[in-house]
Amino acid sequence: MSFKIKGVGMYVPQRIVTNDELSTYVETSDEWIRQRVGVQERRVCTDETAADLGYKAALEALKNANCKASDIDLIIAATVSGEDVSPSISCTVQNRLGVSCMAFDINAACSAFIFLLETAAGFMGRGFQRILVIGAERMSRLVDWTDRSTCVIFGDGAGAAVLERGDNYLASTFTVKGGSDVIEIGTFRGNSPFFRRETVTPYIHMNGQETFKYAVNAICADTKTLLEKTGKTIEDIAYIVPHQANSRIIDFAAQRLKVSPERFFQNIGHYGNTSSASIPMALTEMNEAGLIKPGDLLILSAFGGGLANAACLIKW
Amino acid sequence: MVFEKVSQMIAERIDMDAAEITMETQFDDLGLDSLDVMELLMQMEDEFGQEISIGERKITDIGGLVALIEETIQ
Repeated sequence: MSFKIKGVGMYVPQRIVTNDELSTYVETSDEWIRQRVGVQERRVCTDETAADLGYKAALEALKNANCKASDIDLIIAATVSGEDVSPSISCTVQNRLGVSCMAFDINAACSAFIFLLETAAGFMGRGFQRILVIGAERMSRLVDWTDRSTCVIFGDGAGAAVLERGDNYLASTFTVKGGSDVIEIGTFRGNSPFFRRETVTPYIHMNGQETFKYAVNAICADTKTLLEKTGKTIEDIAYIVPHQANSRIIDFAAQRLKVSPERFFQNIGHYGNTSSASIPMALTEMNEAGLIKPGDLLILSAFGGGLANAACLIKW
Repeated sequence: MVFEKVSQMIAERIDMDAAEITMETQFDDLGLDSLDVMELLMQMEDEFGQEISIGERKITDIGGLVALIEETIQ
């Protein structure tokens, strides 16, 4: 017993920042960003928080699932960019939906959506009926807007899914290699007069080249693992839906797996890297565009800070 | 040996004569960026069956890449 995805939804803030506009803040260019990252524009919050985005994505997912908020018996959200440590995003969404179900957040950085699904599958085994999972991020809060190597990559957005008891979560794989030398996101260290450690700059730091290698290897290894686990071949898979980190990562992974790049869904061009929100946002756009139909097999593949990479094979 | 393999790989990749590549050739001059360098490095990892970590190094020319690979596979 696991789940099937009953509905998906997304929400992005209205404000669009194009590469040309970004090049008025940092020394960069539309050509450079398109070539290195594959992003043309991204959405950024002007007065909304990650919780606001998550709530609106949740409403869309509930509508798509034809479900009432009161039908949900658990809400789990993932974020690295929430405004508040407490209340968590899931608790904020629960409050706004006017329901009283169990709610909590997890953090597995950009891989979190797969961790959400795995967690939800476990709760289904405990008898839960319908679970709302949300990835919501205001990454514009975490990037240093004077660092051209990171601020061009990320964007804000949220994606959500309503899961119902079923058997469509066919296999999953998780690899965690803890360490901060490749990706690190610092945060406020407080003002304790007793704490002696040096304070960190509270922004995303990435070793771009090592991240690239790690990510490509993660997609390739996890895809192979899932195919082995399920006895499927790559031809059985309708789409691979990777975390939208950088189109160069996705294209090179496709090349190494000897899979046509068209089989890898990409929408990073319009949103940038939205961390835990990228896969549910991608699923929402694929669903709305009619790219996926019931019974299709999908591989969802994510990787990121931790380092943690995770992937699953689901039936739509 | 590493230099020959690297220059051959680059020559195939961007369709040029390998003989035109020297240890001093800059990746920039070949139109290759930092992620192209990683793609080459990963191909070399496959070739030698060994992980080659770039860490914090800034590699801008063929000589730098060759040195890194040679140090790792020794």
